[in-house]
Amino acid sequence: MKFTLSWLKEHLETDAPLEAIAERLTMIGLEVEAVEDPRTVLAPFTVAEVVTAEQHPNADKLRLCTVRTGTAGEADLQIICGAPNARAGIKVVLARPGTTIPESGMVLKTGKIRGVESQGMMCSARELGLGDDHSGIIELPEGAPLGASLVDVMSFDPMIDIAITPNRPDCLGVRGIARDLAAAGLGTLKPLTVEPVPGAFDSPISVIHDTDADREACPMFVGRYIRGVKNGDSPQWVKDRLTAIGLRPISALVDVTNLISYEFARPLHVFDADKLTGHIHPRLARPGETILALDEKEYTLTAEDVGICDEAGPQAIGGVMGGLDTGCTETTVNVVLESALFDPRRIAATGRRLGIDSDARYRFERGVDPEGAIAGAEVATRLILDWCGGEPSHLVVAGAPPAWRTEVSLDPARVRALCGIDLDSRACRRILEDLGCEILAEDALGVLTVLRPSWRPDIAAEHDLIEEVARIHGFDRIPTVSLPRDPMPKPVLTGEQVRRVAARRALAARGLSECVTWSFLPKAHAEAFGGGQPALDLANPISSDLDAMRPSMLPNLATAAQRNADRGVPNAALFEVGPQFHGGEPGEQRMVAAALRAGQSGPRHWDAPPRPVDAFDAKADALAALAAAGAPVDSLQCGAEAPAWYHPGRSGALKLGPNVLAWFGEVHPGVLKTLDVKGPMVACEVVLDAVPAPKAKPTKARPLLKASAFQPVERDFAFVVDDGVAAETLVRAAKGADKALIADVSVFDVYQGDRLEAGKKSVAVCVTLQPTERTLTDDEIDAAGQKIVAAVTKATGGELRG
Amino acid sequence: MCPMRVLHGRAVQTGAGLFFGVRGCYATATIGAPAPPPHRLMDGYMDDLETLRAELITAVEDAPDLGALEEVRVTALGKKGRVTALMKSLGGMDPETRKAAGQEMNRVKDAIAAAIEARKGELEAAELDARLARERIDVTLSARPERAGSIHPISQTWDEVVAIFGQMGFAVAEGPDIEDDFHNFTALNFPPDHPAREMHDTFFLPQRPDGSRHLLRTHTSPVQVRTMIHQPPPIRILAPGRTYRSDSDMTHTPMFHQFEGLVIDETTHMGHLKGCLQEFVEAYFEVDDVPMRFRPSFFPFTEPSAEVDIRCSRKGGELRIGAGDDWLEILGCGMVHPNVLKACGIDPARYQGFAFGVGLERIAMLKYGIPDLRTFFESDLRWLRHYGFAALDVPTLHGGLGR
Repeated sequence: MKFTLSWLKEHLETDAPLEAIAERLTMIGLEVEAVEDPRTVLAPFTVAEVVTAEQHPNADKLRLCTVRTGTAGEADLQIICGAPNARAGIKVVLARPGTTIPESGMVLKTGKIRGVESQGMMCSARELGLGDDHSGIIELPEGAPLGASLVDVMSFDPMIDIAITPNRPDCLGVRGIARDLAAAGLGTLKPLTVEPVPGAFDSPISVIHDTDADREACPMFVGRYIRGVKNGDSPQWVKDRLTAIGLRPISALVDVTNLISYEFARPLHVFDADKLTGHIHPRLARPGETILALDEKEYTLTAEDVGICDEAGPQAIGGVMGGLDTGCTETTVNVVLESALFDPRRIAATGRRLGIDSDARYRFERGVDPEGAIAGAEVATRLILDWCGGEPSHLVVAGAPPAWRTEVSLDPARVRALCGIDLDSRACRRILEDLGCEILAEDALGVLTVLRPSWRPDIAAEHDLIEEVARIHGFDRIPTVSLPRDPMPKPVLTGEQVRRVAARRALAARGLSECVTWSFLPKAHAEAFGGGQPALDLANPISSDLDAMRPSMLPNLATAAQRNADRGVPNAALFEVGPQFHGGEPGEQRMVAAALRAGQSGPRHWDAPPRPVDAFDAKADALAALAAAGAPVDSLQCGAEAPAWYHPGRSGALKLGPNVLAWFGEVHPGVLKTLDVKGPMVACEVVLDAVPAPKAKPTKARPLLKASAFQPVERDFAFVVDDGVAAETLVRAAKGADKALIADVSVFDVYQGDRLEAGKKSVAVCVTLQPTERTLTDDEIDAAGQKIVAAVTKATGGELRG
Repeated sequence: MCPMRVLHGRAVQTGAGLFFGVRGCYATATIGAPAPPPHRLMDGYMDDLETLRAELITAVEDAPDLGALEEVRVTALGKKGRVTALMKSLGGMDPETRKAAGQEMNRVKDAIAAAIEARKGELEAAELDARLARERIDVTLSARPERAGSIHPISQTWDEVVAIFGQMGFAVAEGPDIEDDFHNFTALNFPPDHPAREMHDTFFLPQRPDGSRHLLRTHTSPVQVRTMIHQPPPIRILAPGRTYRSDSDMTHTPMFHQFEGLVIDETTHMGHLKGCLQEFVEAYFEVDDVPMRFRPSFFPFTEPSAEVDIRCSRKGGELRIGAGDDWLEILGCGMVHPNVLKACGIDPARYQGFAFGVGLERIAMLKYGIPDLRTFFESDLRWLRHYGFAALDVPTLHGGLGR
């Protein structure tokens, strides 16, 4: 919402400076977005006089002028000027070299024009940002003192632009803003009286509501026929004012509506009465009716839209935009003025559906003062008569203002309770009355019964009044109080949150960089990772390649790794901790830590050559994340069962019973192709939600350390087993051979090759025996060895390698 | 004293093992100590002994390596060595003379043994020096590469924010990214025709069999709603998480992160809201006394509502929080609207409280000088390493939040 300072001061008696007004506007919730004060940019421009103006020797349309600056002791300047009105004896606006020209933003320089030096510039209104006029240079009054700054000889009107929140339709007019400022102590609201203009005849055009539905859509229509007008330019001050707020003056009849729209938040429309056919029917449109609107576009209406119709059909889209065919032109003689009320929701829906952003829609969809229709018509009539002449009819009033009277009570104690400020009923009363509320009653406890003003649809209950009181009193006067809290704060994170943070930092500690990627991805990528179900499509994706909720983070990490490689940063190691979606209902998502490594294990190095990343890198990442998340890593079973986006022979699952906690392995080459990325890539997905919560323990005490005093013994065994036997089966069997004695079993060699039968492999393990009571004898060690061999043989069908 | 000089000379010359040199020096000094006056009767014998001593000492000192030294040792002190032979010759002397000669003999033997030891130490030190010299590596070569991972600024900021609000007793509540209309809009007092419910702001999922459409939450307020529905007051929660709006340009991304706070009890008023946010801002930006401005504003779910600005300076293109004379908007807040409380089954006549919402990326950008929102989601390793945080940089209030 833009307005000028002088416009504001027509409604607000104040001598507060511009800065104070701007500051207060912001502090009462009318946030100032810009203040444009032409005086700041125009100060360097000065009054000068053209002494001589002669033909430029080398150009027909240019003049060579001698310009007197008025600065004592300064020689006259030679300036080349193309303006037709550049002539000797006129006072002009001079820009010297070094000055920034507001229109272009360019800094003026001395230069040669057609071979002749020009030492400055004489400016047009447009060049100074003072309007559209570029027909010639500005001619200042003869009495303008030479050398004076332009800002001292012309009056300028600073423009203020404020953001209006949707609850404040009353501030879409200058008067509403003035009222708020006055309530906030920045001046006095000037009284406003609207004198009814007496009608001279009955309007030949009536306004008729055909049905109740039509009446609901357009509850009130105030019309007035004015005959014998002469449409032309509106007065200069009106044009200046409209220009200052970014509107284009069009003609007196149109400018009247714009002026009143911005002054009183009261949109109006003026029809050329001679182009209307019969009477006016504000009504719901018939589906398919079309209208060519003032923006010269044709719109097709539905039964939900309000048309201002005559016998021929819609002549305006009610509350949104007028029709081109019945609009006013310079030849218009008779007009019908419309000041109507519409159902705000309907206007919003129509405007949105048709994609029309007009000042009228903006105001009607937020709420126009239901008591202002007649006053709006009267003010507009007065201006039309003043600017265009003519003779008005009596008002035609169809319908009535919709009910708006709402009584609300305000207990000043609630202001204190909710806002922490002590205001008695007198102070509350003062603020509310300044805002236009009527205090209907006050009880013994100071509780006020308040009638809200008709222009404040946002006030409906006590808390709305509390807000008004606090807002006008000033949020800055609310005391700042510490939130009461426990002297020693307790931990606030849930177990899940703690585990998530731990998993994240564990992965980062392993050299992976954390990413945050979109929750959505291309549907083809979703499908390659078990997703892409219709329930997880986005109905309105931001782009066609972000159209499905992600079933996995891996596609995003894989494409990110590829992008990095393309930028010359290969071998990415990335992870993300975030949601993966498996259904379209709230909660059908799981918190997952996903990690991906691409390419080589590291850069080339003189001593440690890199190797391609492999499934065991991914397994290590998965185990690290699981360990950090508190999973019982030692009790997990590992099986070669991972989903289809992994390499079927080089991937696995880490499980706790039937519960899958993680998958890991090489990403399937076919999937890499779908993602259009280069392998190898290995990855893991750790389902943090699936990690069981640790058992609650009464204390943090650890079990006692049982460190044996006796030397542990290591023995190596190599077994020949079938190719398909999992190492984990063998290790588990060996461990289980004597649980009391065997502390650890680890595989240190796996051999497959010529020296073995086909389909067989040799797995060598190192077994650590840890005695607890005395040093082991050779016999005991041998006995343990036999048990191990027996157990492994039984579990795997293999035999000790000879 | 000559050997000492030699030893010293070697020590200096090799430039290594001054320690060995000094030890050698000490040992040699003992050898060189003057012997007690010999017995008269033994003059001839003594002369022989002295000659032998001198000879052997010279041989020891001249031994070029440990092998040669061993030979000298065998020649001197071995079973068939010259000293041993001389010892054997004591057998023919009278007890008195033998005793004196024996003592003298032993002294010489000890001296030679000591010389051998000293020379051995010397040679060993030299040999070690030589080996170490051979073993020289180019220490300017790079160490073996290790990957340094990083924590994303969003996670780090999350940790910081949680640390601060945890101190004020806020628990962290979370909820689903896919939401329904009730939790995202209706319960939050959005009127039925509010523009935010339309396609241009909100991501929708396909229509469900009952005609309704789920959506991606446009704020984390639905978490507040879920909390209020399931937990009786008092409530003090922080709701951080992913949020989605159908918007993409220089300063908007279709996904971003918010954290919202909610306090509901019987007494919390707007002054507490100001205090809470003041403390947060000062703790987070690690600046004392940040001037703040609460401007009245409008949100459907709070009343009164405010937008909050903090003082900043942008002099020289550098943003400084808490100084200067510009204002910077950082968050929206207000007292929870009674309609929201009602929708969540809380009696607004008894309970009240405040809520606020902050953009996580925004405050991360402000604190850490990250210029472009979109880069948060590009997974550019150069960016991640530059703006990311080390795995062990866990923010704490006692240790300081920022690094």
